[in-house]
Amino acid sequence: MEIEYEGQSGLYGLMASFDRPEPLLDAAREAHAEGYRDMDAYAPMPVEGLAEAVGFRGNSVPRIVFAGGLLGAAGGFGLMWWISVIAYPHIVDGRPLNSWPAYIPITFECMVLIASLTAVVAMLGLNGLPQPYHPVFNVPQFERASRDQFFLCIEATDPKFDLAATRRFLEQQKPLEVMEVEA
Amino acid sequence: MTNPDPAMDKIALWQRWSLVIGIAGTLGALAAFQANRAEFLRSYLFAYLFWAGMPLGCLGILLMHHTVGGKWGMVIRRFCEAGARTIPIMALLLIPVLAGIATLYVWAGPEAVHDANIQSKAAYLNVPFFIARAVFYFAVWTLYAYLLSKWSLDQDRTGDDALMGRMRALSAPGLVVFVVTATFAFFDWIMSIEPHWFSTVYGAMFLMGQVLEAFALIIALLILLSRYAPLRDHVTEQHLHDLGNLMFAFTIMWAYLSFSQFIIIWAGNLPEEIPWYLRRLAKGWNAIAVFLIVFHFCLPFVLMMQRDMKRRAGLLLKLCAFMLIVRFVDVFWVVEPGFYQQRLEVHYTDLLLPVAIGGLWLAALFWQLRARPLVPLNDPRLRGAPRETVTF
Repeated sequence: MEIEYEGQSGLYGLMASFDRPEPLLDAAREAHAEGYRDMDAYAPMPVEGLAEAVGFRGNSVPRIVFAGGLLGAAGGFGLMWWISVIAYPHIVDGRPLNSWPAYIPITFECMVLIASLTAVVAMLGLNGLPQPYHPVFNVPQFERASRDQFFLCIEATDPKFDLAATRRFLEQQKPLEVMEVEA
Repeated sequence: MTNPDPAMDKIALWQRWSLVIGIAGTLGALAAFQANRAEFLRSYLFAYLFWAGMPLGCLGILLMHHTVGGKWGMVIRRFCEAGARTIPIMALLLIPVLAGIATLYVWAGPEAVHDANIQSKAAYLNVPFFIARAVFYFAVWTLYAYLLSKWSLDQDRTGDDALMGRMRALSAPGLVVFVVTATFAFFDWIMSIEPHWFSTVYGAMFLMGQVLEAFALIIALLILLSRYAPLRDHVTEQHLHDLGNLMFAFTIMWAYLSFSQFIIIWAGNLPEEIPWYLRRLAKGWNAIAVFLIVFHFCLPFVLMMQRDMKRRAGLLLKLCAFMLIVRFVDVFWVVEPGFYQQRLEVHYTDLLLPVAIGGLWLAALFWQLRARPLVPLNDPRLRGAPRETVTF
């Protein structure tokens, strides 16, 4: 499939590499201050504050998980109620058919189950995973993003993106190298 | 000329006020004792159990911290040590319960001889053994509090790393000893109010609540004092987050054990087991039961799931105050229906005695808190990053 980018077609973005997390963090903050928004940072380990530096402001996973939990609890309770009252109405031990205290453990377990499954699925979905192709891997050095190098990629879709100006900006951030990323 | 120390000044001020309130409360309590001894003793037992949870919970948290490590423990360790050192004062405050034993406990009263069920338990439930056990529990707890407190002070002076290992070696088996002795203490002091009834999960259930209330108090004190040196330089949002999570865990643990006991007794539906719940769901008491489900579990569960609730000191402080109130109600609901089995009864002594005992105990806590620096000075874990893992 051919993906058309605004601006330079065939170009995904410009990528700068760093050998330590601190210059990456500084560069990301600079880029955000400069007005760049479509960018991403890549590091072999969690870097405190990096997500915030590239403009990440919270996500909707907690709310989705909460909804999943409610759904699970309602589903668990509803299932137990349906089985005991509608589908197989047996009087056990002289108790009323709707003996709700007995439903509580199942309700709780279903809540936890659905909430955690929702968390995993929502996390993958919001991250855009699974993603079999990503242009950043077209840069040969990028394999070191999982070993010992740190990368900042400003994407060509950014309205402020300009091949010459953005390259100049990245080169001011004292990177090891600035590379073009093919789409 | 000594340096001004606003944290210590604050604690000294709290100590004075607690003592004044405690003494005023005690005078009121003496008047209440003259007016109606049975009512006094029943309220006394309830108030005693609520406040005894604080030093016991402190000891439990201290043992837990020394066993598993973690930086969250560093900022509250001196509070827990001070709390644990007040355990002997709780031993003294048990004396009125022992003196009123025949009024408080059916099995120690005159009608016990006509009750075959109680007679069959007489080998355990008799006055001399009851007192001997109480002495034993307090001796064990005091020993742990003394040793951990002493080694912690030695560490301040010498910075000897071996002490850290020694505290851990004492604490890991100590946790087991602590939970077993506390379980039996609660069997003796509370469960035996209704001597026909028994539940094995009871001790653990009550203990979880006690540790929870100790957490609530200590986090609240930590937040109030974190404005001043030396805590100002050490307490971070990450600490509060960790401590809030622990409080969350104990809230869930309390609910889990409380519900386990209920579901097993409800499912079994046996005549010797259900009266405990029938009394606690009798007229008026049932409203408190619903209150506890909603405000001791559901609401805190939803609130404490949220990150901001644990990271913002102001919010967490309010939450701690709220948890202290619901703990107070829970102890009342567990203890008092044993005496007032037909319907809910609240007496003025139920507020007066917690104020009296609480004032005295808090004064003792603040007195002990002033005796040491507010952070363990020479523990290497104090300076590390909050997320560090401790290796020995």
